[in-house]
Amino acid sequence: MADVLLEGRDLTKHYPISHGLLQRTVGWVRAVDGVSFTIERGKTLSLVGESGAGKTTTAKAVLLLERLTSGSILFEGKDLQRFSKSQLKTEYRPRVQAVQQNPWSSMNPRMRVRDIIAEPLVVNTRQSKKEVRSRVLELLAQVGIGADCAGHYPHEFSGGQRQRIAVARALALNPSLVVLDEPVSALDVSIRAQIMNLLKDLQAQYNLSYLVIAHNLATVRYMSHSVAIMYMGQIVEYGDAEELFERPLHPYTRALMSASLLTLPGDEDQGIKQIILSGEMPSPLNPPTGCRFHTRCIEARDVCSKVEPELIVKGKQRVRCHHVVYRRP
Amino acid sequence: MSAVNVMSGKGIEGSLRRAKIFQQLTLYIPAAVLALLVLAAIFAPFLAPYSPTKTALGQRLIPPFFIEGGSTAHLLGTDTLGRDILSRVIFGARVSLSVSLLVILITSTIGTVLGIIAGYLGGRTGTVLMRVTDVSLAFPAILIAILLAVVLGPSFKTVVLAISILGWAPYARLIRGEALRLREADFVAQARIIGSSPLRIMVRHIFPNIINPLIVIATLSVGLVILTEAALSYLGAGIPPTTPSWGAMVYDGRSLIDTAWWISLFPGMAIGLVVLSGNFLGDWLRDKLDPRLRQL
Repeated sequence: MADVLLEGRDLTKHYPISHGLLQRTVGWVRAVDGVSFTIERGKTLSLVGESGAGKTTTAKAVLLLERLTSGSILFEGKDLQRFSKSQLKTEYRPRVQAVQQNPWSSMNPRMRVRDIIAEPLVVNTRQSKKEVRSRVLELLAQVGIGADCAGHYPHEFSGGQRQRIAVARALALNPSLVVLDEPVSALDVSIRAQIMNLLKDLQAQYNLSYLVIAHNLATVRYMSHSVAIMYMGQIVEYGDAEELFERPLHPYTRALMSASLLTLPGDEDQGIKQIILSGEMPSPLNPPTGCRFHTRCIEARDVCSKVEPELIVKGKQRVRCHHVVYRRP
Repeated sequence: MSAVNVMSGKGIEGSLRRAKIFQQLTLYIPAAVLALLVLAAIFAPFLAPYSPTKTALGQRLIPPFFIEGGSTAHLLGTDTLGRDILSRVIFGARVSLSVSLLVILITSTIGTVLGIIAGYLGGRTGTVLMRVTDVSLAFPAILIAILLAVVLGPSFKTVVLAISILGWAPYARLIRGEALRLREADFVAQARIIGSSPLRIMVRHIFPNIINPLIVIATLSVGLVILTEAALSYLGAGIPPTTPSWGAMVYDGRSLIDTAWWISLFPGMAIGLVVLSGNFLGDWLRDKLDPRLRQL
């Protein structure tokens, strides 16, 4: 049995759409609709999808920045709803930290680097100033920033350096899980590998779990142990990273891979050069009947627009598609 | 070839130096002006050639010395009661500067605190605070002031209270907008992830990032405060008329502006100098407090 750190069960977040003078609720945006996943200790789960797929909302729920409509999050087997406010503050929050996408906006421009990294310690621990200072220097060294930079302001650093500082801040409290929201997408391509290597090294060193939010499959492939592909608030394919990339089952996964120019096995035999999705994601206010992807799916058949597919187990993967049932493995 | 390079190099250096000098002038001149005025206010009894309240009906409406009929005995002339304008301007600095400083301190503090709370916490508290602000903005300030003057009697304290009691509202409006914007900032979300309390977020993350607009509006309101104080004096709701204040002097000279313009002009110039210097210093302070601009 794998050592599960955090589990999301049937997470759902619906936003009300208010309209008119009385602000009556006229509909719901189903940002996240029944998403379940597990994050193992020391492993990385990636949530992949287009903007609007619900991956960021899911991450925000894990970070307690959004209140779920329904569903539960289990941390080390304990339901977060059973945690009291003070338990959340002392037992959950410090152990689940985050690195945000944009290193230019994730730091208070009026705070020095040493204060930025020290803030989690100041807020959550009672360490003396001296202890905090030495911890900050230790963290800076760990992410490869010179100690002489501690007194500088964030604007004096490059994007890659800032992201290193953000990583140092996320590690300050020795968390178990770090949510990485597009950790490298705002960076120059040449810097990305450095940051990803840093994150991987730190994961190995501290047995960290990562929840990665990404749209770039190359990043995901390099970092993840398991991957969940999301579309319109649902997981459409979920499985072991290696297998999912070797043998993508869902047409949407194949389209994403094609879009990011990852070659698919057997593509050339089948004469498939590239799948280009047409159109945009339908309005989440009014999702299509049946399979939510059928409006853009190149393999769609009659059944797809009528019956909503379940997430079925296929080998080691889970996939939400009618065709997989019929298709040869 | 080298000559050309040297010359163009010099040109750039020269214009940089000019820019630097200009920058320093915009700091030192206003600082000097304000310092002079403050010193004048403090040492008014030693500097002023006459008592600011001494009337001399035989010497009414003497023009300033550089006009025909003026004399060096009254450098800036005299008013309708024969009081020396220069002395009154010097003494007037006391009232005008202290009233504006106090009022701005009080109103900006109240407005900032309420604005940040309304903007960051939002919800019902925020709505209530903002409706109170709207009412305050809609209420005629002069009316409140007159009411206060009637109840408390005209005095320095009454004037400060009267201008402050509604004066915080524009600050609250502006600061709320800024706080609302910052509430969605990534670094505020990060502070929440870290576990910072709302109070800590408001003090450490929101407040330092609204200092810029705060300084701008505070320095801009110097003139407004001085003129409101003048209006109050004019209505008899302000500081008792025997005490000279710039605003009151401007009002005094209003009816004689075409013949004895100096009664209004000199205190008006003093107000203008303070406002202008305040704005320049505010700009400088704003740049000084912003780490991104500090080394420029």
